Amino acid sequence: MKDWFQAWLPRLVLGPGFLLILFFVYGFIIYTGYLSVSDSKMLPSYGFVGLDNYERLWQLRHWTGSLKNLAIFGALYIVICSVLGLFLAIMLDQKIRAEGLLRPIYLYPMALSFIVTGTAWKWFLDPGIGLEHTMHQWGWESFEFNWIKSRTHAIYTVVIAAVWQSSGFVMAMFLAGLRGVDPDIIRAAEIDGASRVRIYRRIIIPLMRPVFLSAFVVLAHLAIKSYDLVVALTGGGPGKATELPATFMYSYTFSRNLMGIGASSAIIMLIMIFSIIVPYLYAELRADPRR
Amino acid sequence: MNKLSARKFTVWRFALYVVLFVFAIYYLLPLYVMLANSFKPLSEIRQGDMMALPQVWTLDPWRSAWSTAQIGVQATGLKPYFYNSISMVVPAVLLSTLLGALNGYVLTKWRFRGDGVVFGLILLSCFIPFQIVLIPMAKMLGVLGLAGTTTGLVLVHLVYGLGFTTLFFRNYYAAFPTELVRAAQIDGARFFRIFWRILLPSSGPIIVVTVIWQFTNIWNDFLFGASFADADSVPMTVALNNLVSSSTGVKEYNVHFAGAVLAALPTLIVYVVSGRYFVRGLMAGAVKG
Repeated sequence: MKDWFQAWLPRLVLGPGFLLILFFVYGFIIYTGYLSVSDSKMLPSYGFVGLDNYERLWQLRHWTGSLKNLAIFGALYIVICSVLGLFLAIMLDQKIRAEGLLRPIYLYPMALSFIVTGTAWKWFLDPGIGLEHTMHQWGWESFEFNWIKSRTHAIYTVVIAAVWQSSGFVMAMFLAGLRGVDPDIIRAAEIDGASRVRIYRRIIIPLMRPVFLSAFVVLAHLAIKSYDLVVALTGGGPGKATELPATFMYSYTFSRNLMGIGASSAIIMLIMIFSIIVPYLYAELRADPRR
Repeated sequence: MNKLSARKFTVWRFALYVVLFVFAIYYLLPLYVMLANSFKPLSEIRQGDMMALPQVWTLDPWRSAWSTAQIGVQATGLKPYFYNSISMVVPAVLLSTLLGALNGYVLTKWRFRGDGVVFGLILLSCFIPFQIVLIPMAKMLGVLGLAGTTTGLVLVHLVYGLGFTTLFFRNYYAAFPTELVRAAQIDGARFFRIFWRILLPSSGPIIVVTVIWQFTNIWNDFLFGASFADADSVPMTVALNNLVSSSTGVKEYNVHFAGAVLAALPTLIVYVVSGRYFVRGLMAGAVKG
């Protein structure tokens, strides 16, 4: 009896946590999945309506617009963070004296809440009081920077604030990657007379492929989840110029009381994230020697 | 090295340092602007430029943000919300770390058939967009009688933090020599004794990493707080957003900044004190395996 207990104890210990996740994550996904094919409005309701919600979702300019915004935001966010992160990492990897001071400065925004970041940048970018106003004070009267008030350009201000927050993190990922490069390879190339630039372009940067992949996966899933920053920075506006799927889901579910449509938009978000993350995790776990 | 290339070398080094320090300014500027303007009277913000240090230093915005500013319907300042956040964060961090440690221990040292699938499902749960659980969670908290309570938020953060804490401990314990566990077993030590006496004493670094990661994430959370909190459980981030975006009256930018810095302070302090562990957590969260 006692041996039986000891043999099952590990599973009993793992059980509660795992059951919590099964229920609150996977059970909830199934529930939301069902709501997305139901006639739920203000409250959950279980009348089956097939794919009606999805059809209506794709006819909403609000939704297609927020997807378009996500495409612009996500693409710029990922590309700029990766390029800037790699650039800063290479610069920092040149035996810099002040590295211990600079690295934490580049990275600290990652410790802040997006609400704090949004509050700071909202004001910074506000033409009436922030950067534009300051430039006028300094005598540059013709300076103009009012993207945050512009329907066509506001989405780029979200990119600016998000890049500020995350690029240091990507830098840290690349720096760890650069420090892992075998110095013998570089020494051999130097002996062959290759220039510094050439060594980076031909040898080191290609070796960073796994880091590029990790950075892409992390940034892409952060972009799809982006919610707080938009709420704090622009509130989705002006108009609907900076609405993203995450803010769309929230407003359709809780403000407009169209829960079925809100649920279907959440399912689309889940599909987007899983189609990036599942293959990645699968490859990572299979390559893991400990498994 | 001849003279010409030595000079070329120093010019290149100099340019390198300039670029690096320009970027340091870029990252520091928003924080500096927030801090500098939080000490200015409102009139000075309106006319003056945002880069300048205050001409008249005042602590009033800080006092106002902490204890008298209008948030929602009440003029309580951020103080009660700060305590709300604390009483939500502390139990959520401790519980999720403890459960994560036990999970990691079982998944690496007491392997069983199908543990790979279990770990895969736990790991995948880290990455779901939380929009997918908002509706059922709101309903479930109502069923449990936890709607709008701090306990409810603790439960939410425990569940959705468990994936990461399990991942951290699992990866850490995977590198811990299994022979030691087997040897202790032969000596007659049982499941909890082994955990308590052998693994836990050498888990210091990963506990720090996990606690910092969880603290930062839960403190900074906005979505769950905005969705599930009631008047007396609203966390700091949501209160800050209410303060900043309230449309009534004059916009007191200096108070907003003081509030923003107050909301950022706990995680910033943790970052400054133990940045090394913070980075390790980020890396462990980003690069799996």
